[in-house]
Amino acid sequence: MEMLWFWLVSVMVAIYAVMDGFDFGAGILHHFVARDDSERRQVLGAIGPWWDGNEVWLLAGGGSLFLAFPKVLAAGFSGYYLAMFMVVWTLILRGISIEFRSHVEDRMWRVFWDFVFSFASVLLPILLGAALGNVVRGVPLDETGYFNIPLFTHFGTHNPVGILDWYTVLMGVFVLVTVTNHGALFLAWKTEGAVHERSHRIALPLSVLTAALGGVATLATAKVNPAIFAHLPEAPLAWVGSLIFLLGLAAVFWGQLRGRHLLAFIGSGAFILGLLAATAACVFPVMLGSSLDPAWSLTAYNASVSEHGLATGLKWWFLGFPIAIAYFVFLFRLHRGKVKPAPDGQGY
Amino acid sequence: MSDPIFWHRLQFGFTAAYHYLFPQLTMGLALFIVLLKVLARRTHDDKYQDAARFWIRIFGINFAVGVVTGIPMEFQFGTNWAQFSTRAGGVIGQTLGMEGMFAFFLESSFLGLLIWGEEKFGRKIHDLAAWALFVGSWLSGYFIIATNAFMQHPTGYEVAADGSLQIANFLGFLLNPWALVEYMHNMIAAVVTASFVVTAVGAYYTLRNAHAEQAKIFLRTGVIVGLVASMLVAFPTGDRQGKMVAEHQPASLAAMEGRWNSGSWAEMNIIGQPDVARRRLDNPIRIPGVLSFIAYGSFDSNVKGLSEIPSDQWPPNIELLYYSFHIMVGLGTIFIAIMGLAVLLLWRGLLPHARWMLWVLMLAFPFPYIATTAGWMTAELGRQPWLLYGLMRTRDGASHLVHSGETVFTSLGFAGIFVVLGFLFLYLIMREIAHGPIPHNRPAAS
Repeated sequence: MEMLWFWLVSVMVAIYAVMDGFDFGAGILHHFVARDDSERRQVLGAIGPWWDGNEVWLLAGGGSLFLAFPKVLAAGFSGYYLAMFMVVWTLILRGISIEFRSHVEDRMWRVFWDFVFSFASVLLPILLGAALGNVVRGVPLDETGYFNIPLFTHFGTHNPVGILDWYTVLMGVFVLVTVTNHGALFLAWKTEGAVHERSHRIALPLSVLTAALGGVATLATAKVNPAIFAHLPEAPLAWVGSLIFLLGLAAVFWGQLRGRHLLAFIGSGAFILGLLAATAACVFPVMLGSSLDPAWSLTAYNASVSEHGLATGLKWWFLGFPIAIAYFVFLFRLHRGKVKPAPDGQGY
Repeated sequence: MSDPIFWHRLQFGFTAAYHYLFPQLTMGLALFIVLLKVLARRTHDDKYQDAARFWIRIFGINFAVGVVTGIPMEFQFGTNWAQFSTRAGGVIGQTLGMEGMFAFFLESSFLGLLIWGEEKFGRKIHDLAAWALFVGSWLSGYFIIATNAFMQHPTGYEVAADGSLQIANFLGFLLNPWALVEYMHNMIAAVVTASFVVTAVGAYYTLRNAHAEQAKIFLRTGVIVGLVASMLVAFPTGDRQGKMVAEHQPASLAAMEGRWNSGSWAEMNIIGQPDVARRRLDNPIRIPGVLSFIAYGSFDSNVKGLSEIPSDQWPPNIELLYYSFHIMVGLGTIFIAIMGLAVLLLWRGLLPHARWMLWVLMLAFPFPYIATTAGWMTAELGRQPWLLYGLMRTRDGASHLVHSGETVFTSLGFAGIFVVLGFLFLYLIMREIAHGPIPHNRPAAS
């Protein structure tokens, strides 16, 4: 049961990364691929129906983590205290930039919110990537199951560690590049006209960079936390995950070379999904590793709620999850087709 | 300054109170929008559609601020209240998880359709989106209230070997009797807020001789819904809530009423100042027996005073609790009077010409916000010193490794962001009100 919930939470986090990833990417590329107001509204129109729902995967994933492994949520959130608030404030800025921009037809108003939107879209993947790096590297959890670390120390991965070190920053950059590529492929698929052209052109170099950084990040992970790869032989799901992300990567390149942007976008999603699945399979059952003593790590087994609580949550989770998916399918069908440069007064 | 608990409490209280300024209008307006949509469908009259469209634009701005100010609330369970989350997560994780799954996905999926989708997808989808937002926002309210109700009056749980709380009876937790009463009281209060806002805009347009047709709709629906809701907030929901407090939180009730000594024929204090050091109420105006009647249904029943309760179980801030409660009740009473008078004038056909009354209605809209804030302060201050009533004290629930300096820093950060958000919100709302209830692709009329 603990294992099942470990995977349910992982699945929600992975869906979050794939879904919010593309609207982060669109935000990062906003200034490069969209030059005038109608093109910028085109970009916002492409992600407009999704971004809020995409972000709910983060909240729902957090809710599932709270439900099943409250100790992990409590230790992680309080331990990364200041970094968490940076994430919160950036989420606030990003949310209002998308929603407020369209309400006033004024050049300076829109230039301002475009900047806020892009700034927040760049910062968030770096922060979330660094958070992922922290989970892989481990944090100084003590025997009570809590920790508190500074934003940075000496930028090395040995104790005393900070939230930012060379490894977590590398992960932040890797995630930034990955979602930028993901966003470029989304826009190349979903838009037409100049935005499509520019997204298409920028996507291939980004894909190459993503693959290269993926290799570097894997080698760095092997150096920082060698124990992770020791699990590989007995973790079949890690092999499945690896296969998915390799196939995804192949689809990213093949799709772009053949001009099949939907395939490339789905491939990019599979790449992110597979990478996270493989990582989760390798670290299982550890959810938050202790850099002081592995015995103090929080795992799916020592941080979970009672069996009855997990079983209760499972009932409504399996009711709610298909409903959530159904909303997204409904929306995708409703918004099928390409997004055009928007005439004024309609939509985002 | 150096007590971290103070800052954790201040931060949570401040961000929660600020956040709740927005969802209360969201939830109340969602009902109005559905109502206007139904009227449009019934009458085939486009003026209701225009009215709905106007409030949907207000709703959209309000909703966006509600979402972004709500995100910190979710995070603070982990960041600021780690020990509470560890202890109670086995129970309250259920409702907080359900809120994401059943309410947030519903709301976020249909919000875009409601705000941008009318022209593109037609009226049917648009009406569906209005219903979805109504159901979603009211569901969301329930999951939060159920979580709060567990803190006020824990039910359906068991204590595990390590001291953590775990689900024992899921329905017992989800359908906590406290949650049902609190939910009704709270949601109807949200409708009061929305009805005062709708009425205020109607009064403003009437006073300005603008948008006459729409102003009439806003005034009529606003005051009628407003009167019904104002009465329901007091009775039966507020009354039931009071009886709940009397039964399960006697210390809270005594502090709310500034009552020191036990006894029958307990007085209701209309006015008075609690003097905690001397254990008495200064300068009171009181009606004997009313508190006994409200709490237990008979005038001569005994109502406990604080003196009978160990002082380590008293709410630590009796003065603030007392005033919050009295402000809530006082304003609630005034709301019934205002809306009652407005409905009377409406019925006699005098309301559009009674300029003094229109001024009152226009300027009254902030007061429901004050009343709901005071109501929440009553509930949460009354719960103290408990974080989980009878089970865990507030001071044991915070993140013990987070330094107070960090909490001061983030509190100031929130203060700054929220001030900016507030100005932006008011600017956008005032623009919409100035533009008026006419479609944006038609030029603005005078």
